[in-house]
Amino acid sequence: MLLAAFTWTEFAQQLAAGIREGAIYAGLALAIVIIYRSTRVINFAQGEMATFTTFIAWSLMNQGLSFWAAFPIVLAIAFTGGVAIERVLIRPVENAPVLTIVIITLGLALLLNGLMSMIWGGGNRQFHGPFSTRTIDVGGVPVSVQDIGIVVVSILLVVLLGFFFRFTKVGLGMRAAAVNRDSSRLAGVRVGWMLALGWGIAAVLGAVAGMMIAPVVFLDPNMMQTILLYAFAAAVLGGLDSPVGAVVGGILLGVTITLLGRYVGFIGSTLKLPAALLLILVLLLLRPGGLFGRVTVRRV
Amino acid sequence: MSRLELRNVEARYGPVKVLHGVSLTVGDGELVAVLGANGAGKTTTLRAISGTVRRSGDLVFDGKALSRRTEVTARAGIAHVPEGRGTFSDLSVWENLRLGAYTRRGGIKEDAQRVFSFFPRLEARRNQQAGTLSGGEQQMLALGRAMMARPKLLLLDEPSLGLAPIVVTEIFGALERMKGEDGMSVLVVEQNANLALAHAARAYVLEVGNVVVDGTSDELRANESIRKSYLGY
Repeated sequence: MLLAAFTWTEFAQQLAAGIREGAIYAGLALAIVIIYRSTRVINFAQGEMATFTTFIAWSLMNQGLSFWAAFPIVLAIAFTGGVAIERVLIRPVENAPVLTIVIITLGLALLLNGLMSMIWGGGNRQFHGPFSTRTIDVGGVPVSVQDIGIVVVSILLVVLLGFFFRFTKVGLGMRAAAVNRDSSRLAGVRVGWMLALGWGIAAVLGAVAGMMIAPVVFLDPNMMQTILLYAFAAAVLGGLDSPVGAVVGGILLGVTITLLGRYVGFIGSTLKLPAALLLILVLLLLRPGGLFGRVTVRRV
Repeated sequence: MSRLELRNVEARYGPVKVLHGVSLTVGDGELVAVLGANGAGKTTTLRAISGTVRRSGDLVFDGKALSRRTEVTARAGIAHVPEGRGTFSDLSVWENLRLGAYTRRGGIKEDAQRVFSFFPRLEARRNQQAGTLSGGEQQMLALGRAMMARPKLLLLDEPSLGLAPIVVTEIFGALERMKGEDGMSVLVVEQNANLALAHAARAYVLEVGNVVVDGTSDELRANESIRKSYLGY
């Protein structure tokens, strides 16, 4: 059978699940875009950075802290770690070809993955999230509190970031440094710190995504690897240059693959990733810059 | 007292030396022009001051040695409007002006009002992306952005390039009034020597990375070889 049976209630449930998936992709995609915009580098360590900070949260909670007590501590650690990574690993090769820096992020991913296995050991761990998994009735559709919580936290984070980039001086400085380094320096913007700040913010976004998804999927050192692929796809879908595109791309991807997986029989859960990539291939053929990105036209 | 003094400044792009020991001074509240043909090193002179090119020699600003780091130079009170204006084309006019005031706190709204009083067209385009402005408007924005920093020294690179004469008049008029109000010093590079000498108190003429002639604008206008080579009459 190609198409599964259809009821509106179930469709709404699937839609909610898709939005929850998408919220996670959106957060991680946003992290990728923030680093890409300012440095033209895809950070392949983004997933491992997120998982690492989630493990720190797990350790803190094992020490008896509640989730919401551990949350700000983990964000602070993530931010500091992100800034430190830029300062220590990326800064020395700032002017190297993009490929060099990409390889460094790959190396960082392997390093963090190994460190996690070393410190916390392999194997799955139950991560107790802040939201209950019981369902409540939203307009006749049963939705889990956890899904609602994840989406609300993600929306809050995106709104907060939007506010930061739009209305604060440092946010403006970061945007300026991303598009035009030389002019930013002339205006007195400390470009180096802006790039480091971008890594810090990306690490925080990853930490939030990790702590939100860990209760759903179990915590292990490879937890974020598939999710990161979806996040890359979401970022490309939105146009790698556009933060708004990353968020929209994430939600759109989450919803689309959830619905495809449920309603198109032969896709199921096994072919979701290829389906997502095919979707993106088609879209990029039609719109090479992604949904919100711009195509750079160069005159030769 | 001179606000800026360059003694024997050299600058290079990779192995190519472009400035071979340039010395010049800009006084407090003075407008000084740098003239010369293409490739004489005019732009590089400005870039040497703001630290956007590798350089050596003595550069003294307000009695202190100038930093090689561009951000630090900007924070010390030097605003450089580079060739091609350096506008942030993705950002709005208003955001560009906010960036101009990046190095300081407070008074941003008042200063923006002042920029708008000089260039009313910018106020009308306040929320428009800077990249969509006309060339003249972009030059006004670049100048406005520099003014937002309340600089002690303004470095201006070819402000008249590619602009209609009426716009050039507007821009230089505004520049003179701003200078009068703030007492800032201006070092302007201009291809159009007649225009530059009409507004500058003094000028330096560069040829292949060396100062060959300098003097007051009147002296230079009276100099026969300058007149023939640069003023075209």
